[in-house]
Amino acid sequence: IARRKAAHMLKYPDAEVISLGIGDTTEPIPEVITSALAKRSYALSTQEGYSGYGAEQGEKPLRAAIASTFYKDLGIEEGDIFVSDGAKCDISRLQIVFGSNVTMAVQDPSYPAYVDSSVIMGQTGEFQKDAEKYGKIEYMRCTAENGFFPDLSTVARTDIIFFCSPNNPTGAAATREQLTRLVQFAKDNGSIIVYDSAYALYISDDNPRSIFEIPGAKEVAIETSSFSKYAGFTGVRLGWTVIPKELLFSDGFPVAKDFNRIVCTCFNGASNISQAGGLACLSPEGFKAVHEVIGFYKENTDIIVETFNSLGFKVYGGKNAPYVWVQFPGRSSWDVFSEILEKTHVVTTPGSGFGPGGEGFIRVSAFGHRGNVLEACKRFKHLYK
Amino acid sequence: MYVDQVHPKCSTTPLKATVPFTMDFFLSSRWPVPRHCTEVSRNVNMESLQSGYLFPEISMRESEHIRKHPDARLIRLGIGDTTQPIPDIITSAMAEHAFALSTVKGYKGYGAEQGNMALRTAIADKFYKDMGIEGDEIFISDGAQSDISRLQMLLGSNVTVAVQDPSFPAYIDTSVIVGQAGKFLKETGKYRNIVYMNCRPENNFFPDLSTTSRTDIIFFCSPNNPTGHAATWQQLKKLVEFAKANGSIIVYDSAYAAYITDPSPRSIYEIPGAREVAIEISSFSKFAGFTGVRLGWTVVPEELRYSNGYPVIKDFNRIVCTCFNGASNIVQAGGLACLSPDGFQALRTVIDYYKENAKIIVDAFQSLGLKVNGGKNAPYVWVQFPGSSSWDVFAEILEKTHILTIPGSGFGPGGNEHIRVSAFGHREYISEACRRLKNFL
Repeated sequence: IARRKAAHMLKYPDAEVISLGIGDTTEPIPEVITSALAKRSYALSTQEGYSGYGAEQGEKPLRAAIASTFYKDLGIEEGDIFVSDGAKCDISRLQIVFGSNVTMAVQDPSYPAYVDSSVIMGQTGEFQKDAEKYGKIEYMRCTAENGFFPDLSTVARTDIIFFCSPNNPTGAAATREQLTRLVQFAKDNGSIIVYDSAYALYISDDNPRSIFEIPGAKEVAIETSSFSKYAGFTGVRLGWTVIPKELLFSDGFPVAKDFNRIVCTCFNGASNISQAGGLACLSPEGFKAVHEVIGFYKENTDIIVETFNSLGFKVYGGKNAPYVWVQFPGRSSWDVFSEILEKTHVVTTPGSGFGPGGEGFIRVSAFGHRGNVLEACKRFKHLYK
Repeated sequence: MYVDQVHPKCSTTPLKATVPFTMDFFLSSRWPVPRHCTEVSRNVNMESLQSGYLFPEISMRESEHIRKHPDARLIRLGIGDTTQPIPDIITSAMAEHAFALSTVKGYKGYGAEQGNMALRTAIADKFYKDMGIEGDEIFISDGAQSDISRLQMLLGSNVTVAVQDPSFPAYIDTSVIVGQAGKFLKETGKYRNIVYMNCRPENNFFPDLSTTSRTDIIFFCSPNNPTGHAATWQQLKKLVEFAKANGSIIVYDSAYAAYITDPSPRSIYEIPGAREVAIEISSFSKFAGFTGVRLGWTVVPEELRYSNGYPVIKDFNRIVCTCFNGASNIVQAGGLACLSPDGFQALRTVIDYYKENAKIIVDAFQSLGLKVNGGKNAPYVWVQFPGSSSWDVFAEILEKTHILTIPGSGFGPGGNEHIRVSAFGHREYISEACRRLKNFL
């Protein structure tokens, strides 16, 4: 995508290119949070405030704040939380824990890091060009027809199931009923769900924010999340993974123990400065400010949804996530991507970049300055009127 | 009815024999509470790890000791954790960057996974000037420990590795985790497929390469953790030639280069030909007190090729883009300030402080008639206790003087009969520790 964008900018040096492609946050971080980041930085210059190596699992106050903010009454404690430098890194560290002999399932379409990290670990088998799939990965089709939740009766058993909700790229948030079925499926099959909840705070209705809202999930699921899309920490780098004590390998060994070993050996903790910022995000004032920024992006999403709706498109997502999943039936998503780029100078993301199940769709990201979002929508209306 | 038919999922102990299922048996205290185990097999490589990672183990011993002796004034010369504040000029740069993130103009989202180009270039200019290493061959990370495992992911399970013995445990542990190491042999305390290059006082802490088997990868740390030995130019030339002759890749850990006092090489790339055989990793941890801040880098020269000619840098770039999302932008701003003339000067003062600590520790042990290595080019002092088990000496020192050190065999069997004493600490604690040791030993 970056290549295509660069080429486009060379071709049209005067065009004002608007990026609604990569889901990169654009709005400034609230001051209550950056002040905490700055304060921690300054403190490192003092005797009392200097700290060296931190606990690899993260600073206790932050772990406790994450537990109480996101997992209150769900039986998840501070000790179950591992603070990281972001979900992408956590996914790879989880893959290292699992090793190369596990089988995995992903949603189709889905965030590429699950598949890519799986390939690197040697889990996936050969890539089959015709199907555009890896031989050993189980692809769980998520389509408009099935409400973006796979028909589990047709899904083969795998050791690991990656499930992202609210979903990137479709924006679909799984319902309580759907997640209950997923947990039961994992229980029956002895599988481990890796549940990516990075967009949970974007949920507008009462769909579950955490897999652990589902009874029995603690025995079958790991949850990862991130401060990236909540606090604009895409460059600051902070996230977390929850591994319940009840999650066990087939021989009874706790998964959390192996993950802890990986965290201690292959990682050395998230930056203490970033962690101070994270703690501020979860203070009453900080969390309120975080919700305001999220609210801003949600308004962007509404504008984009309304635009494509008004043009007669079938539009999905956008309600519970900062992504709008627009259908272009019968068309190649790369062709649509190119057309939109060429004719409106707006960068989007072609659906097939997320897997064969993404074909026929375009993902429009709602991260951007209001002015750019409005301008982009104006251009879409002009192109597709 | 047999138990394994009723309870297909495991219990705490795998059932070796089927047992008739009755309600009484179920309710009896011998029957473990039924709980759900997944059917996912534990990664056999994780099972191969012999125990916890060394440094958390030391932390556990520390906690135990504090519980036993709550009033003891514990002095920590174990884990190499920096203690001195970071110079203002550097923390100000980080604070400023943080504040800027609250402004429309200053806000930054995702950065390049390889790192901020200004920082990459600054590192090239500062540390690799005239060695032909450019900014785009440098990958910024959140520290050497993360880099080592990303390199291992890159190298995969089918390569053979050699490590120094003793050495920093992460090379061996990550090797086990990735599946390179083979079975652990209790008799020798070594993993079957790893080649251990013995580094002892007798061989001037440089392995006899004429007796070293060929491996794909050679991990080499200089100045060395734990021995403190900085390899000479001659030694590194032999190493580079050895790697060239064997078609091997050296992973050179230069995290302590800033501590070198004499003309020993600071980078492997000072040696001609090294660009075709070596990757270099380094870190701001010990150089700038960034142990908690998290920043490091890896150099992968363009000239480094796999056997089929494919550039290693391309694959490493792919790993970095897939398994990582860049070091924190605030921290990278700090790194840049570290490399400014004023920042670098300020850091020299802190490094000199630790070096002075090392000298005090060396003098103290030498005055007791003990044989001491290191301390001159590294912040670690490597003390010999011939004939003694290093864990025993560690325990005795801890018990009798309330000083934490690290037993040499925590770094490999070649570390036995040695104790590593770290020179990181406030001057008064270093002096106090030396007083206690002089009284006790």
